[in-house]
Amino acid sequence: MNEERIVEGVVLILVLLGTGITLISSLGVIRLPDVYTRAHATTKSATLGILCILLGTFVHFAYFHEIVSVRLLLGIVFVFLTAPVAGHMVIRSAHRSGVPLADISVQDMLKDDLERMAKQSEQDRSETADAKPGAQGGAESPEREEPAGGDSGQSGERERSEDSDPSKRESGETGPSV
Amino acid sequence: MFDALLLLSLFGLTISVGIALYRIFHRSSTISDRVLLLDSLSFIIIGMVAIVSIYLDTVAFLEVILLIGILAFMSTIALSRFIERGVVIERRTDR
Repeated sequence: MNEERIVEGVVLILVLLGTGITLISSLGVIRLPDVYTRAHATTKSATLGILCILLGTFVHFAYFHEIVSVRLLLGIVFVFLTAPVAGHMVIRSAHRSGVPLADISVQDMLKDDLERMAKQSEQDRSETADAKPGAQGGAESPEREEPAGGDSGQSGERERSEDSDPSKRESGETGPSV
Repeated sequence: MFDALLLLSLFGLTISVGIALYRIFHRSSTISDRVLLLDSLSFIIIGMVAIVSIYLDTVAFLEVILLIGILAFMSTIALSRFIERGVVIERRTDR
C-alpha cells in the first residue's frame, strides 16, 4: 500500500512538472517578440514538458499494470527526435522567406554570411567570365551573359523580403536544395 | 487526490492550448509563427492524451500518441517546405 503511494507520488510529480514546464513555454509564446525567439519557447521547453508527462505515464503503466509499453517508449523517442528538427525547418524557412526580426534584435549573423557568400560567388563568376572570352573568342558572349543574369535575379529574390506570395517565389527560387 | 491533481494538470494544459490558439489567430503573427505553434499545439495534445490515459486507466490511447506525433512532424515539414519554396515535393522539372 505504502509503495503504491510512493509510485503515485512519482507519477504525479512528473505529470505536474511537465504541465508547469509547458505553461512556462506558453508564457514565452505570449511574451517573446518575434518568431525566432518564440521558437526557443516552443521547441525546447515544450518538448521537455511533454517528455516529463510521457515518462510519468510510462511509470504509471509499468507499475500498476505491469505493462512496459513499447509504443509509449517509441512515442517518447519520436517526440524527442522530431521536435528539434521540425523547429529548425520552420525557422530556416522563415528566415529564407524573409520574416523580419524584432526591432530590439542587434545582429543577424546568418544574413551577413549569406550576403558574403553571394558576393564571393559573384566575384568568382566574374573572374571566370573575364577569363572565358580571351580563351574562346567573342562567339560565347550570349552564353556568358546568362548565368550572371540568373544570379542577380536570385540575389534580388532574396533581397525582396516582405514578399509572401508563393506563386511569385516559385518562379524565381533557385536556392540550394535540402 | 490523484485524480483531482490529474484533472488539475489537464486544466493547465488546456490553458496552454488556449494561449497557443490565441497566438495562432492573433493579427500580427506571421505564417511561420502559425506553423510553429501548430507543431507545439500537437505536442500539448499528445500530453493531454497521455494524462487522459492515466485518468481512465487504459492503454488503448497509447497508439494515438505515436500517431499524432508522426502526423505533426510530417505536416510541419511539409508546411515549412511550402513556405520556403512554394512546392512540397520537388521534381527536377520544377526548377
